[in-house]
Amino acid sequence: MWKHRNFKTLIFSLPAIVVYLFYFILPIPMSLFYSFFKWNGFFSSPMIPAGLSNWVSLFKDTIFWKAAENNFLLVVISILIQIPIGLLLGVLVSTKLKGMKLIKLLYFLPMMLSAVGIGLLWEYIYDPNFGLINAVLNFIGLGNLTHGWLGDPKTAIWSVFVVICWEYIPFYMIIFAAALSGIPKELFEAARIDGATHSQTFFKVTLPLLTNAIRTSTILALIGSLQYFALIYVMTDGGPTHSTEVMALLMYKQAFRFFKTGYGSTIAVFMFVLSLSLTLVTLKLYRRGREYEV
Amino acid sequence: MKYSIQLKIILYISAVIWLIFSLYPLIFLIQNSMKTQWEFLTTSPWSPPSKLYLTNYTDAIKGGLLRGLLNSIIVTLISLVIVLFIGSMASFAIARFKAKIGKGFLILFISGMTVPIYITLIPVYIITRYIGLYDTLWGLIGPYVASSLPVTVFILFSAMETIPKGFEEAAVIDGASAFQIYWRIILPISRPTLIAVGIYDMVHYWNEFVYALVLLSSPKSRTLPLALWNAHGMFSMNVPEMLAGIVISLLPLIMLYGITQEKMIQGMMAGALKG
Repeated sequence: MWKHRNFKTLIFSLPAIVVYLFYFILPIPMSLFYSFFKWNGFFSSPMIPAGLSNWVSLFKDTIFWKAAENNFLLVVISILIQIPIGLLLGVLVSTKLKGMKLIKLLYFLPMMLSAVGIGLLWEYIYDPNFGLINAVLNFIGLGNLTHGWLGDPKTAIWSVFVVICWEYIPFYMIIFAAALSGIPKELFEAARIDGATHSQTFFKVTLPLLTNAIRTSTILALIGSLQYFALIYVMTDGGPTHSTEVMALLMYKQAFRFFKTGYGSTIAVFMFVLSLSLTLVTLKLYRRGREYEV
Repeated sequence: MKYSIQLKIILYISAVIWLIFSLYPLIFLIQNSMKTQWEFLTTSPWSPPSKLYLTNYTDAIKGGLLRGLLNSIIVTLISLVIVLFIGSMASFAIARFKAKIGKGFLILFISGMTVPIYITLIPVYIITRYIGLYDTLWGLIGPYVASSLPVTVFILFSAMETIPKGFEEAAVIDGASAFQIYWRIILPISRPTLIAVGIYDMVHYWNEFVYALVLLSSPKSRTLPLALWNAHGMFSMNVPEMLAGIVISLLPLIMLYGITQEKMIQGMMAGALKG
């Protein structure tokens, strides 16, 4: 029907392609290029060829490995804690009980708030002197448990993780609620007529039907795990003593605080390669899973 | 399914527990944002404010948040209009012309979906300084639009691809140009998807922090999250005023959510689920 289809496609896509190539694709080889130099990022300063020295430093940098470990920890906890709770809440808000629609709306609220606002709010909740948590502990007579939650290397990462749960569990909840709404009611009816108890229905009917949603959530947790930045930047800045460091934050600090543009780029490239491999692996797993289902 | 009384009670109790965990931090926030500093330090965090002390709000606004609010509105709206316009044009071309080159473009966009923006951060900073847009609102728009094009194009493409051919065939015979078909036929049909993606992109722009942190420096150009962060550095001693600032920064989206409700959830999820 259309003439000159290639040409027309090019014209219509041109603005998007140009912006995308310029600001999103071009930076990828640029980062790779910078990773072979020592440079402070200022045009007036020379870029000194550094061979693979940035890469060698990266693999020797214990702080970097601490950051990588924290990223990994956050994925594991996301999968083990956030997804199960999200699933339970998803099932809960999908029951036909009165008020659940409103409850679902309220649950989702933290999801759309800015990381900076959330981070600052929780900083005041955790505050050792006038924070909410310590005030509650004092009030119920557990004053000896009060703590500088974000200031202690032992508790900081867990305190951050609670906030991550607070923000993202509703997200998983909606995934499961959406998946459940797509399941025909007859299946549950049939289980009930056959005399299944609620827990039997949950484990034998609901859970197997949510396999796909569980897989999707896991993939999103995996791929999203490299994106942690603003919340941690605001709450702890990676401290105390790097106990809450994550890769994106370390990359930012190296490049924009210590002016090690080359080294920062090296971390960025590492993150890129990691995300690429994660994507390819999950894509493969996802395809295989789908083949079995259909 | 029928629920026994016991089960109902258990379900409601669990629901309330999560409700408290989920919402009490926000109630704490609003309550204490209306206390004087003295009252905040001398009363318990859960006591209601003795009277509505709104000076915190006016002070927070005077302290730089107003500028941030305006800047955020400008950047969000301009980026949103641009990304929806150029994104939908590209999606239209890829979905309807079905040319070879279009397939290539689609793959290019899709492969950007899981790329962490941090890989672009240093080069974008250097490019922005090089072209003289550092510390201007204009400097943010390019990276904002580019980073949300993958999701935007993918979702719009998926929707536009399912529109039956018959819709445009008649128009082509009547001599309509490709742009007219895009603007008059395909775009209006895709409106629900356009709204869903638009919500996702808008929330993303409104809350965006990393690019703003790297590409802006002076108070006049700060967006709201950055202005809030900066206020924290300067007035962190006055907690109630900071809390008021946080409320101000969160309020626009909460209000929008109050109006759009399910639509907003759908939009946010459409963007996040993409694949």
